[in-house]
Amino acid sequence: MHPARSIILFTSLSGLGFGLLAWLGIDGDAPTGWVGFIFFAIAYALACGGLMASTFHLGHPERAIKAFSQWRSSWLSREGVAAVATLVVMGVYAFFLVFFGLQISILGWIGAALAIVTVYTTSMIYAQLKTVPRWNTPLTSALFICLALAGGALLSGRVLFAINLLVIAAIIQVIWWQQGDTRFSESGTTLASATGLGSIGKVRAFEPPHTGTNYLMDEFMHVVGRKHAQKLRAIALVLMIGLPILFLLLPFAHLFALLAVVSHLAGVFVSRWLFFAEAEHVVGLYYGKR
Amino acid sequence: MTTLPTSTEKKLGLVIDLDTCVGCHACVVSCKGWNTENYGAPLSDQDPYGAAPKGTFLNRVHSYEVQPENGSAAQLIHFPKSCLHCEDAPCVTVCPTGASYKRVEDGIVLVNESDCIGCGLCAWACPYGAREMDQAEGVMKKCTLCVDRIYNENLPEEDRQPACVRTCPAGARHFGDLGDPDSDVSKLVAERGGMDLMPEQGTKPVNKYLPPRPKDKIEEIDILAPFLAPVAEEPKGFLGWLDKTLERL
Ligand code: SF4
Ligand code: SF4
Ligand code: SF4
Repeated sequence: MHPARSIILFTSLSGLGFGLLAWLGIDGDAPTGWVGFIFFAIAYALACGGLMASTFHLGHPERAIKAFSQWRSSWLSREGVAAVATLVVMGVYAFFLVFFGLQISILGWIGAALAIVTVYTTSMIYAQLKTVPRWNTPLTSALFICLALAGGALLSGRVLFAINLLVIAAIIQVIWWQQGDTRFSESGTTLASATGLGSIGKVRAFEPPHTGTNYLMDEFMHVVGRKHAQKLRAIALVLMIGLPILFLLLPFAHLFALLAVVSHLAGVFVSRWLFFAEAEHVVGLYYGKR
Repeated sequence: MTTLPTSTEKKLGLVIDLDTCVGCHACVVSCKGWNTENYGAPLSDQDPYGAAPKGTFLNRVHSYEVQPENGSAAQLIHFPKSCLHCEDAPCVTVCPTGASYKRVEDGIVLVNESDCIGCGLCAWACPYGAREMDQAEGVMKKCTLCVDRIYNENLPEEDRQPACVRTCPAGARHFGDLGDPDSDVSKLVAERGGMDLMPEQGTKPVNKYLPPRPKDKIEEIDILAPFLAPVAEEPKGFLGWLDKTLERL
């Protein structure tokens, strides 16, 4: 799949933002006043920034409001609804915290649950696709949610939670990569099943329909980045998990906390880039590519 | 609504004969022509006369080579591919806006272009590559089964079928109701063992493909061979001398 910058930004940033909102929601002693304001501002900037970035790849962003209508069937629509619901509920919760120093815990818990649901809906946009076997697994949702919670814990300064969640995220990530490498062949979709010609013999793509490229080839057949996949996986793990844990284990300093967050976010970007670049869509078979 | 109808009154679709398709791409051209001038946004091209032309098509013809297991000659099979108007169309259910829908009356899968936000998710969900985002218009384009021809009373009766079917010089494309077991297309499918593409994806395509018929084998049937045995083995006399002299030169 073509790793579009807008979607990588969106899934990484908003994941982190909603992760932070979830922690702020269940915090027994949530920050109030100015400190609270800054925490919520960061969370909203990340969540909304990500959502805005996601509209950049739309052909008609001015009609985006219509995307809230099909929540009965569409995960993308559900994501929109869940995101707005989270932002509204947490907005009210934050308003009372920041301006009145009043914590309405029940709102916080509802908002936190909605934040996690939002990350889940995002993950399901990808995990639902049978056409991309690498994504088509519940582990995709586990990975997205775990990374969001780990990032949120990191941002809200919960050292112990952050370390544990980062370790769990690393384990899920490695399993996801490993299983992902064979999921395409295990899916049973081949050029033989795609053309139905397998009963005659071995099928080979002889000529594409045209000499140039097309939307499908640009969108789904990205082979450039895979060459360095192994190296990039290692880089992602070090940045996303290894370095942040190291910084957290050092004696506390604001600089280290900041470095941990920056490194984690950079690692999530690399991981998300691979998420798309390594994913193979079954339509590639028709073009003799993967 | 992007929830799918539980059943449709008809299952209109195409039957494509891989045995007779000659790979001329006439259906590609007629499809592009008709759908650029009619239903919805025109099918745009980018840099059509330049070095890297690119454009939107609703129907494309691939070519595959199949090497039979028994070692006989490889076959070249031309393979037209457009939307299969799936019964369990994943492209419809993923659509967040309701722009994509499957019609209850005839099962045609369509895009309402004024609702489409151009998110592209339906193209991700289609395993067959049957949806293409128009780069000029920013909306999703797909085969309409020529819905603006098949019911069009302004056209002469023989033209009330999809452009690609009407134009195919080899008669490799057939149009009809695949939900009716007595229709011509259903009989054709039954007779020729029509098949689904990627059945494992669970999309239940309405369009069917007729597999190429088995090819004849060339047996040893050369009844004239005994009469054509070479007569003179080695040239003698003058010819023999000429032959040797010429060889020496
Ligand atoms: S072929 Fe693709 S676009 Fe057409 S109905 Fe099936 S899934 Fe949808
Ligand atoms: S591109 Fe248009 S038709 Fe396709 S899923 Fe998005 S809104 Fe629906
Ligand atoms: S039915 Fe019409 S829109 Fe569909 S491939 Fe044929 S000509 Fe194109």
